[in-house]
Amino acid sequence: MSLRTPLGRVLGLGTARDGTSHWWGQRVTAIALLFLGSWFAWCIAMMPGFGYAAAIAFIGRPMNSVLLLLFSVTLAYHSYLGIQVVIEDYVHAPGVKLVALILSRFAHVLLAAAAIFAVLKIGLNA
Amino acid sequence: MALSILHRMTGVVLSLGLVVLVSWLFDAASGPETYAVFLSVMDSVIGKLLFVGWSFAFFFHLANGVRHLLWDTGRGLDKSEANLSSWLVLTGAVVLTAVFWWLAS
Repeated sequence: MSLRTPLGRVLGLGTARDGTSHWWGQRVTAIALLFLGSWFAWCIAMMPGFGYAAAIAFIGRPMNSVLLLLFSVTLAYHSYLGIQVVIEDYVHAPGVKLVALILSRFAHVLLAAAAIFAVLKIGLNA
Repeated sequence: MALSILHRMTGVVLSLGLVVLVSWLFDAASGPETYAVFLSVMDSVIGKLLFVGWSFAFFFHLANGVRHLLWDTGRGLDKSEANLSSWLVLTGAVVLTAVFWWLAS
């Protein structure tokens, strides 16, 4: 006999109330990063140099700006989901765990915001 | 089996790599002086060693991530298949890292 209500079964959110969204988010970002990460690794390997002018020219090229935005934001989200699991698994004191989870969230949002601003600033100036 | 914890460890290492990636973008946006500081740190011997580590962590995490995605579809879960794919992942990661540095040099 199932004690789950029909509505609960339809929503499929389980006891933690977020269902498979974490699992699914990690997989979808993983697939995206397979492409974006390979592109980025290729670009880094092929960079003529890492001097200031070369970096600005690379980041400011429109296609690169768009892909860099997608890459850094997707990476930040994937990293956030991964670090969350690591904290949940290895930090056992409840208070410390909560603080670590919140700090990780803040740090990842900060990184994403900084990346977005930096790429837009360079891209729109170029 | 050891690859499972290595996937986590490389994941954490790559999260630190994200900080460097964002620093690169942000310092470039901040101007030549700030960027020069970033470059001098990353151009040091320690910086270069970290970069080699990050490249291997990246290619390992990528290859092992593909393995995980295949497992999610229910494929390759037999013990013999999993053992074979673990060697493929390790070899692939080493080869990709070598190719990356060969292309970069």
